[in-house]
Amino acid sequence: MRTAFVPVRAGVRHGLIELRQLFFDSHHLVVTFISTGIFFAAMLFTRGLSVPGTGFSLGVAMLPGVLGMNIGVNGIATMAGTLAVDREDGTLLRARTVPGGVTGYLVSKVVALSCSLAVTAALTLAAGLVLFPELALHGWRTWLTLAAVLVLGLAATLPAGMAAGPVLPNSHSFGLVMFPLSALAAVSGIFYPITALPAWLRWVGEAFPLYWLGLGSRAALLPDRLAAAEVGGSWRYLTGVAVLVLWSVAGSLVAPALVRRMTMQESGSKLLSRRERAMQRVG
Amino acid sequence: MTVRPSLAAVPPVAPSGAETVIDVRDLRMRYGAAEVLRGVTFSVRRGEVVALLGPNGVGKSTTIEILEGFRVRSAGAVAVLGADPARADRRWRAEVGVVLQSWADHGKWRVRELIDHLGAYYSPYPRQSASRPWDPDALLDLVGLAGLARQKLRRLTQGQRRRLDVAIGLVGRPRLLFLDEPTVGFDPRSRHDFHEMIRQLVEGEHITVVLATHDLAEAERLSHRILLLAGGRIIADGSAEQLSRRAGTAAEVRWTRDGQHFSASAPQPARFVHDLYAEFGAAVSDLEVHRATLEQTYLTLVRDWEAGATTGAGVFREEA
Repeated sequence: MRTAFVPVRAGVRHGLIELRQLFFDSHHLVVTFISTGIFFAAMLFTRGLSVPGTGFSLGVAMLPGVLGMNIGVNGIATMAGTLAVDREDGTLLRARTVPGGVTGYLVSKVVALSCSLAVTAALTLAAGLVLFPELALHGWRTWLTLAAVLVLGLAATLPAGMAAGPVLPNSHSFGLVMFPLSALAAVSGIFYPITALPAWLRWVGEAFPLYWLGLGSRAALLPDRLAAAEVGGSWRYLTGVAVLVLWSVAGSLVAPALVRRMTMQESGSKLLSRRERAMQRVG
Repeated sequence: MTVRPSLAAVPPVAPSGAETVIDVRDLRMRYGAAEVLRGVTFSVRRGEVVALLGPNGVGKSTTIEILEGFRVRSAGAVAVLGADPARADRRWRAEVGVVLQSWADHGKWRVRELIDHLGAYYSPYPRQSASRPWDPDALLDLVGLAGLARQKLRRLTQGQRRRLDVAIGLVGRPRLLFLDEPTVGFDPRSRHDFHEMIRQLVEGEHITVVLATHDLAEAERLSHRILLLAGGRIIADGSAEQLSRRAGTAAEVRWTRDGQHFSASAPQPARFVHDLYAEFGAAVSDLEVHRATLEQTYLTLVRDWEAGATTGAGVFREEA
């Protein structure tokens, strides 16, 4: 019992150490600041436009969407990219040389990424509340909904990212994940109501977690009359929870097996030949 | 007069009668149509340092990776510490240390922080004889990194990085340590220091070591026994001296006579020197006898094998 728990506890500690490193990593801070800044610029530019049929600012309505999207996109893309990089630099193989190391590794990634995304979301929200007084807080319902978006969002997307990581051929092929995610964001009603799309595109958006994370955040932070701009004129809480839970369960079943298979295929000679190829690309 | 040989000048003596740590019988590995290992058989006893030598692409890394449990073999029987590495559990993993040739992980971590952290994974598997995991400060002292405990990994030099890799390989106090090309790219001084460290470890901790290397001097300096791998089989198994004797490599004799320098290749140097003095007596001076280097022995054995002189059935093996 205690033996089985040791790698999990070590993984949590590992994740917290990496989280601390992240907060002192100037590159990470600059990238996060700039990418969030770009979205705020877009919100300010479209502040004068209005969500069709509501008279509410389109720019302000974008903030909750971006909040949800950040959790979803980073949950998948950052997790997948991290796995690809860690495979290339030997982190995963190192994990294999340690008893319980792969379990510890996966736990550490989940802890570090969840915490860093939660912090980024909290800062984005704080900036939004200062800049846009039009946002509506509904008391405990707002905070409960936001907490659910964060927790269910991570549960739905981190395993998906874990499953996508082993499929990436190398650490430079990050675009293979980022491109479909950007396309998905475009049909997920983040920037403009999904009702403007043809039905089949709408269904594509509704099949993935991204749309539901944006919708949940809007339900938490926008006045209730804005529900009129959504599909069916409702925030569709139950459907949202159901879709996200479905994704988490499916992901949790598939991802660990895929990662385990990837680490099983890792060996010293593979690592070396991949490193040599990477050096050739650089050189 | 007794002459006490210096530690570094004499090849280490293999322990005899100790338990078998690695037992490999008729190991085969094929990648698609290519058969890389075609029936490799050898065993390693506790406390031995065994070097795996051979031309490039001959299956050294494949063999080590199968022993480490990182690669699943095509056929044959493999027992490492009494278990099949392909089906090994965490308890087995805790007894095995692995040092690969190309780690670049955990660049943002600090030296002591990482050792301490990885050591925690070994705490459920206590050892009676010694504390497990190894105390981080004692371990850093042992590998000569005590002064760099707070350094970030990405700021270490290559030699320091390899020392750290060895420290990580040792943190769980393994009974068996795998070293894959440990000193590639080292300058001579770092290589010397690294070899001293490994020798001290073997003597002090009775760890069994399997070493894959291209560096013949390294193999001769560190190992009790050399396994020469070629054509997917082990074509020679013995100490450097035994190999040289069996390969029939001649020693080189050099001398001066009447102010002229001579050199000759002599399969039996003692006899040669006797004859030399019998013929010329005191006219011979500056006599030097050089035993065949491992390099000459290696080249002879590989060439003989390529010429078909050593067939699979004619593998020679010498017990220490």
